Amino acid sequence: MTASPPAPGTLRQKLLVLYAANSSPDTEVIAWSLYDGASDETYEAAGDAVPPYASVLDAMRDGWRVIKYPDLRPPSPGQEYDLSYLEFEFVLEKLEAINVESNAK
Amino acid sequence: MSNPTPSDHAAPDLRLTSREMARFVRDGFLRFDDLVPRDLCAAALAEIAAGNHRAPGQAGAPFRDVWTAPDSALGRLFRLPRVAAIITSLVGPDPRYDHHAAHLTPARTRMGANLHQDAEYDVRRLHFDLQVSFFPADTPAAAGGTLFLPGSQFRRVYESTTRRYQDVLGQVQAVCAAGAMFFWHTNVWHAARSNHTDRDRYMFKLRLNPTVRQQRLWNTGDLDDARTRDDVAQILGGTIPWHGQRHRIEVMNRIRLWRYLTGDPDFDVAFWWSRIENTPETLYRAQRA
Repeated sequence: MTASPPAPGTLRQKLLVLYAANSSPDTEVIAWSLYDGASDETYEAAGDAVPPYASVLDAMRDGWRVIKYPDLRPPSPGQEYDLSYLEFEFVLEKLEAINVESNAK
Repeated sequence: MSNPTPSDHAAPDLRLTSREMARFVRDGFLRFDDLVPRDLCAAALAEIAAGNHRAPGQAGAPFRDVWTAPDSALGRLFRLPRVAAIITSLVGPDPRYDHHAAHLTPARTRMGANLHQDAEYDVRRLHFDLQVSFFPADTPAAAGGTLFLPGSQFRRVYESTTRRYQDVLGQVQAVCAAGAMFFWHTNVWHAARSNHTDRDRYMFKLRLNPTVRQQRLWNTGDLDDARTRDDVAQILGGTIPWHGQRHRIEVMNRIRLWRYLTGDPDFDVAFWWSRIENTPETLYRAQRA
């Protein structure tokens, strides 16, 4: 017997943003953020934190779907030694059904 | 300018060592615990909480002219010999007062993500201002002391546009006893964290500008020692986990800053700059058209 599909309008998006050490999804995660549209919880950053997954690929194997894959851009001439934002940003999502009654406002 | 030395040559030199300076160049900050005695911390905390810390109209004044009242706890603690020596090491013996802020995170306050860089408008490549973070009370993890991101000082970003980064590998949160200070490059990314305790939390921040070229201001007596030079090279070449693929460019920026600080244009680590600064123009006769 298969599980019944979620009721219309009950799916919410969770975003997991993983920053990799390199452009490949199998390299280690160096930074991360979580935005959970399926709950009222706010993610709380703190010291000594450990990444939720060792790599983007590990997150994919746990059911997260990649919805943004980072572009590769060469440095502009004269800016080869400049440093700025984290470069290899992978955005992943999960859709989660919520309990409409308990989430009713 | 010659390397400043304490006026009393018998007194110990309390300025930073070359190894400590190298760590500052790599990480962007240095942490020192127990710099301020607890009674002075308590007096400073009372001063801050009462609002008696203000220095109106003094932006740009010599720092020696700020908080000069004999009973000013802030004046006394920033002039403690070790504190003054660390400041001298980074911005010289007579820095300029820029501003200060008594950052209050009230009890039971959630902060959310707020990783940011204070001085994105500061586009100087080598010169830098110093920020001192002083923790006047015990700051356990739950009190949410400032979170610093080591090695972020070379990253040019627009102030709080880094808020989307909630956690970064290797970030360091200030969990300390009263009296600790962090001395940091103004471009280090940092964030206040939530205060889950029942007590208000203060972090007192002071920004200072150099008034002399930031060259050999620390105790450079060890700089020509071969073992020190090896250690400095090892520190400057060290990896910081979140740098990932950008490690080499980070190291090249550190070398450039170390050259500026030491006045040694040939200093290098692992030949990084030397090989690309090699653009020979010599032509043998047989090569000529």
